[in-house]
Amino acid sequence: MNRELTAVYFMWKREMTRFFRSRSRILGSLGFPFFFLAVLGTGLNGAISLPGMQGDYLGFIAPGVLGMVLLTGSIFSGIIVIMDRQFGFLKETLIAPVSRLSIVVGKSLGGMTTAVIQGLIMLLIAMLLGVQVEWSNILPAVLLMAAISLSFVSLGIAIASVIEDIHGFQLLMNFFVFPMFFLSGALFPINNAPPLVRFFSYIDPLTYGVDGLRFLLSGHSSLPIAASVTVVLAFFALATFLAAYLFSKIEG
Amino acid sequence: MMAYAIETDNLVRKFGELRAVDSVSLKVSEGEIFGLLGPNGAGKTTFISMLVTMRKPTSGSASVNGSDVVREPGKVRQGIGIVFQDPSLDEELTAYENLELHAAMYGVEGSEREKRIGEVMRIVGLEDKLRDIVKTFSGGMRRRLEIARGLLHYPKVLFLDEPTLGLDPQTRNALWGYIRKLKEEHGITIVMTTHYMEEADSLCDRVAIIDHGKIIALGAPEALKSSLGGDTITVMTNEPDRLKKLVEKKGMVECAQPHDGKLTFCVASGEKQIPAVVNLARDSGISITSVSLHRPTLDDVFLHYTGKTIREEGASSMESMRMRRMARLRR
Repeated sequence: MNRELTAVYFMWKREMTRFFRSRSRILGSLGFPFFFLAVLGTGLNGAISLPGMQGDYLGFIAPGVLGMVLLTGSIFSGIIVIMDRQFGFLKETLIAPVSRLSIVVGKSLGGMTTAVIQGLIMLLIAMLLGVQVEWSNILPAVLLMAAISLSFVSLGIAIASVIEDIHGFQLLMNFFVFPMFFLSGALFPINNAPPLVRFFSYIDPLTYGVDGLRFLLSGHSSLPIAASVTVVLAFFALATFLAAYLFSKIEG
Repeated sequence: MMAYAIETDNLVRKFGELRAVDSVSLKVSEGEIFGLLGPNGAGKTTFISMLVTMRKPTSGSASVNGSDVVREPGKVRQGIGIVFQDPSLDEELTAYENLELHAAMYGVEGSEREKRIGEVMRIVGLEDKLRDIVKTFSGGMRRRLEIARGLLHYPKVLFLDEPTLGLDPQTRNALWGYIRKLKEEHGITIVMTTHYMEEADSLCDRVAIIDHGKIIALGAPEALKSSLGGDTITVMTNEPDRLKKLVEKKGMVECAQPHDGKLTFCVASGEKQIPAVVNLARDSGISITSVSLHRPTLDDVFLHYTGKTIREEGASSMESMRMRRMARLRR
């Protein structure tokens, strides 16, 4: 087998091994979104109906919470490069006689796989809570989930390639990841939000991911699906390029 | 023609204004254990990082196994193994998984991987730890595993950056044994950095003493030590002046110096001269209370060339300022 492909495969395999070995991490990453869905979703389900929202509230936020799982899971597995740097393993991969691109691709595919698995678990949980899911659209939905998470893994890798310092992580979560989630229209329809919020929602790439997932899973959406998919793919291309470029610039 | 594993020519690496590696030119022959000796912050690690293609030289050139480190980094990497100063294992994987990943990235074919993993683990004596997760390993075991990993792709040159740092004396001795074995049984060229004098002395065929990014002395440890003018014998006696005249008349020594109650002089091979001096004193009725022999160490060599001992690292504020500055610039 070609050496670069072998490297991609083994980097992917490493992510998988680490993922399945740490069950607490899986559980931990699903805990927060689970409570969002189970408590906020079911709690508000009978109580509210927001303008611009079709169907019930639980069904409305399920794709949003799925987006959250993909966002945090993916960003995390990209940003873990900082940990690799801290624990030294990064050097081992940087010095290997394979291209940096193969390392990035392997890592991204690994992070994507784990994020999509977490997403599917979340989807199952949603179903158990009574969310109606359009199973006929599951294949395109999984493909969209893959594109979303690949984008965010790449973004994580790009950030990790530049910031180096583990202390920046919390900052990033609070001022970048959570706002991204809240602005994505995961919890409320953006059409009727104040203009300022709407503005930020429209520059938030996750908005298009969530809206696309919502369309595929529940049949409702506030944006045309073609537009959402286009934006997700454009963001995917940009983030991947950025990750590959910045990662190749790391000097041990 | 003599084959060189490593050749550098006026190699320089600057961090801002600081010349961390300053015009280093040296040649390391194949099959040699070559030591880079110097205090922390002397530039050893930076020098090695350039040889292993982690950092680019600011100027000058270097080649490893005949391949240029800037123009052919891929070829250089394929031919070398590296054990970094800081750990670089994935702690959440097993020893086997760490080695498998490495073998795959270095192009060891699938069918060959398992065989080689067994082989290198036997060299470092970890063959029964294959399936254990690295997190459970002690510091010494990790270092051995890293050496094993460095050997997986049959490198011609193995770089060891402070291989025994932080290890207990027993583990350190065992590790020295493994390193010697690599040279003797596998013909691998070894380039190691250390700031332990004993380590360089007992292990290395040649050492380069580095300070402030420059090579200040280069040669076999024995040669470096004897360049200081041999051993020093100190004799405690009641009549130092008379003994001085006697030994000088015999032409045994030069540079004899009496001071109150003792006589110090330098000789070529001290242990052979002691009996002669003792006999001479007894025959002349001079009483001797003690005789001591000091052989120069690499520490003395370092002291001789730099005017400070190698262990003073961090002691002077200038040095620690320099190190902090370097650490900052590296980020």
